[in-house]
Amino acid sequence: MDNIAWMAWTAPTAIFFVLLAATLAVMTWLAVAYPEAERVGILRIPTTRGDRLFLSLISAAVIHLAWIGFFGSDPLATLPIGADGLELSSLWLATALSLLFAVAIFRNV
Amino acid sequence: MDKTVNQKAWFLVLPVFAIVAFSAILPLMTVVNYSVQDTFGNNQFFWNGVGWFKELLDPSSDLGERFFASLARNLAFSAIILAIEVPLGIVVALAMPRHGWTVALCLVIMALPLLIPWNVVGTIWQIFGRPDIGLLGYSLNGLGIDYNYVSNAFDAWATVVVMDVWHWTSLVALLCYAGLKSIPDAYYQAAQIDGASRWAVFTAIQLPKMHRVLLIAVLLRFMDSFMIYTEPFVVTGGGPGNSTTFVSIELVKIALGQFDLGKAAALSIVYNLIIIIVCWVFYTVMTHAGADRDNNPGSA
Repeated sequence: MDNIAWMAWTAPTAIFFVLLAATLAVMTWLAVAYPEAERVGILRIPTTRGDRLFLSLISAAVIHLAWIGFFGSDPLATLPIGADGLELSSLWLATALSLLFAVAIFRNV
Repeated sequence: MDKTVNQKAWFLVLPVFAIVAFSAILPLMTVVNYSVQDTFGNNQFFWNGVGWFKELLDPSSDLGERFFASLARNLAFSAIILAIEVPLGIVVALAMPRHGWTVALCLVIMALPLLIPWNVVGTIWQIFGRPDIGLLGYSLNGLGIDYNYVSNAFDAWATVVVMDVWHWTSLVALLCYAGLKSIPDAYYQAAQIDGASRWAVFTAIQLPKMHRVLLIAVLLRFMDSFMIYTEPFVVTGGGPGNSTTFVSIELVKIALGQFDLGKAAALSIVYNLIIIIVCWVFYTVMTHAGADRDNNPGSA
């Protein structure tokens, strides 16, 4: 592990990238198993599932950054997990919002 | 559209993907890792959560103030050079000869600035503008204009903008020239028969035909000016004060000057996000504009 110490992995970022890789793997499998046709949505441009995933990820990044910029990441509640409890950041609301937005993108764009 | 899309050819891209993984994806992952941590070197890292992002997006903090100020400067710079280079490039392309040996001569001369490395361009202008030994600086001061890019913010901006215009207008001009060359002579003959004015030919034939190359030119010039580093760094070093410190210069100062890897990583991610969004918008407009024209050729 010493030779990748410079990469400074942490559990949260590792989980983030594993989820991202899993999403891409599922999308790749979907594209092979269920080939799709482009369709034109509310942006009036033809999009594929991949385009819609890209838009969802980019919007998720923007939503999280905007949330940090406007509302910060103050603790919302404390879950009764562990000795001191697990603080739940208000940033999870941004995550929820991003998921809703992603659903909207996949349905309408 | 009911045709299904077959994407299997993407598997042929796997070798390139392996190279890109080492040269771009792994470093990018590392940047994400750094952005949530703090370090004092020696590969020792401390968890900081979204702390750097909070600081970066808060204009009242030192980091946020520097980020938003350099971003505003960078956008202003991009806007200025686009406003100059695109019309100038079109005019130059229109003035270039269409036939004869002067075509080759023109193309070579136009291509010369594009072949000069960024740092050399910076050095050329750094010396060219010096009031004591530079031709430009000495002449301007000789004419009674108090020009000094080291101490005056306006002069520094003017120098950096003129340098960029000198370096890159030919790119816009060459792209426009290629667009103009693709217009068949029949269009001009028809315009002549109709008795169209020079301006009507430009707005009704030449500009629409240059539409796509102009979009590419704007995209290229925007991206290049938005990530500009070497030339202003060599000429002004970001000064006087912070007046020509653009985002990438600020980024290098934070990452390598102060060795604040966490702050620099957070800034890089936001910087990268802006670039991805702009690229996507341009790319979509570009491909969409083409599709539009293919579907209803009458409108173009």
